[in-house]
Amino acid sequence: MTDAAASPQIFRDSPHDRPPQLAWYASRLAIYGMLILWTVICLFPIYWTITTSFKMAPDVMKGNMVPWWDYTPKWLGWRSLGMSPDTITTESTVRAEFLGRFLNSAIISLTSSGLAVVLGSLAAYGLSRFSYRFGHMRNSDISFFFLSQLILPPVVLALPFLVLYKELALLDTRIGLILLYTLTVLPIVIWIMRDQFAGIPAELEEAALVDGLSIWGAFATIILPIALPGMAAAFILSLVLTWNEYFFAALLTSTYSNTLPVMVASQTGSQGISWWSMAALSFAAILPLVVIGIVMERYIIKGMAAGAVK
Amino acid sequence: MVFGRAIVWGSAALLVGIAAAQTLDRTGTLDLGFANWRPTLYAYVLWAGCLCWGQVLVRGEQGKRALFVLPAVLFVVSLVVFPLIFGLIIAFSDWNLSSPTGRKFNGLDNLRQMWADPFYWNALRNMIWYMLAIIVEYAIAFGLALLLNSQIRARKFFRVAFLMPLMLSPVAVSWMIGKSMLEPRFGPLARLARFFGVENPSFFESPEMARLVIMALDAWTYIPFMMIMILAGLQAIPKEVQEASRVDGATAWRGFWEVTFPLMLPVSITAILIRIIFKLKLADIIINVTSGGPGGATDSVTSFIFREYRDRSNVGYGTMLAMVYLLLIVIFMTVLMKLVDRWMRPQY
Repeated sequence: MTDAAASPQIFRDSPHDRPPQLAWYASRLAIYGMLILWTVICLFPIYWTITTSFKMAPDVMKGNMVPWWDYTPKWLGWRSLGMSPDTITTESTVRAEFLGRFLNSAIISLTSSGLAVVLGSLAAYGLSRFSYRFGHMRNSDISFFFLSQLILPPVVLALPFLVLYKELALLDTRIGLILLYTLTVLPIVIWIMRDQFAGIPAELEEAALVDGLSIWGAFATIILPIALPGMAAAFILSLVLTWNEYFFAALLTSTYSNTLPVMVASQTGSQGISWWSMAALSFAAILPLVVIGIVMERYIIKGMAAGAVK
Repeated sequence: MVFGRAIVWGSAALLVGIAAAQTLDRTGTLDLGFANWRPTLYAYVLWAGCLCWGQVLVRGEQGKRALFVLPAVLFVVSLVVFPLIFGLIIAFSDWNLSSPTGRKFNGLDNLRQMWADPFYWNALRNMIWYMLAIIVEYAIAFGLALLLNSQIRARKFFRVAFLMPLMLSPVAVSWMIGKSMLEPRFGPLARLARFFGVENPSFFESPEMARLVIMALDAWTYIPFMMIMILAGLQAIPKEVQEASRVDGATAWRGFWEVTFPLMLPVSITAILIRIIFKLKLADIIINVTSGGPGGATDSVTSFIFREYRDRSNVGYGTMLAMVYLLLIVIFMTVLMKLVDRWMRPQY
């Protein structure tokens, strides 16, 4: 043993194989500490909203936070929305309004995202495969034309659209909002899809064309199935943006086709609204996207990462 | 072929005819009893459809290719270019929707009024502050991306949790955090501030504090966006590069600044540019939390114009402000992209 220790050590363990040391534990602790801190920052507002919707006035004033520990959950907030267990079966005007707004939001965001994905995918495919000339505009100019819509701030369009929609009797209609929302997410869809189609080798359609398919046939049968995950990513990202949109909805709708954000915002202004019912309303408004965020996280990340790595 | 030309020109003629009839009706020369401009809209849609169909009939294979891009082009042109031209007309007129006089052309009066409007300049100045906040957001986002990219357990859980703020609507966020959690008497954050010894925590009384809170709220929502782009960039860097730097004896700190960070520059710039574009549209949170107060300290250009319309129905002046804003943005973005381009080029 002694001469083994005396002789120069030839084979050293690499740092990975040695037992972990104090510094390693410290860095682990720091990393997980920061991760958990940021998780709390991200999730606490949602937790606060959920718990507040089950509180009564004294609980809010005292700042109680943990249900069943420092306060007893009550259905107060949800009852005022008509969605607690004892009121869910009875008539409720608030619930009817909420469901109406919810339906508006769902129809508008689903339709406009769908429309944007269809228009955007076709355009992105065309731009990635064929060369066009409209006047003196070539492919790169057309791409730039689409993407430059991204920097157009909504205010610039808002007031002209207000007047225009008034003349066209499209004010306070779903179709009016759908058109505008499609416009706002179209550049994003084109950006994501251009990337997707660029990643699919052109030989695939060439083979299909040789086999006698038309351009559109090749697109529908060969390319579309491959590009479907990308389209799903673009669709979900559009869905998030259109569901949350407030600015146009606040300006262009008034009574009939209000979306959910407009309803939430209109409640915040009035003084009579109570904490618990606002919390219930906010939570009901964000719930669909929270679920989508958890279930579809992969697609959202894929969509947002599309432009980052080239 | 002939049929294709015929439907395109036929529907175009129909569109022009209906538009002319409606214009005459509007000016009062003819009385045809149109309630609104819908017929012109329908004629336009018909013409757009015929144009697409005609492409295929007239130009065959070339037309089928054009058909991929044409619908999107028509859609964007009709929804952007036309309203923009219309907006320019509005911008140079005195038009208050609540006054009965209607639209009056007033030349450069709106520009003169804008020049003397301290609140507009104030809003523009605020936008610069909001832009500067992006640097901090970027630093935090980069840090979070590095954390997520390190060897950790439950990576998926943390990723979903970090993504959450982006999914929430700014309006709900304004209420959940801006109104409820920052409530000065019993909001949890006010309690936390009191716990740390702040006497009377108030978040929206001093202009600087209010602006900081708005920045923080906006950052909270959009940091995940930058984080994910940076994370995607980090994951695209081959592992060997970092290993090589470690073998060469670089510490983690130097390895980051001299290997990872330079490699991440292109992604970082893309992320920051997109973030700037989103930041320029910042409005929802401001409208709902402070409505520009105190004293316009938190106003962004968008929220200012929104209130100009909401409170005063001043369409003409508001549109002029928006047009000037658009012009400033286009100049700013062009210069920025040129600079970035010039700065990046020597590295390739």
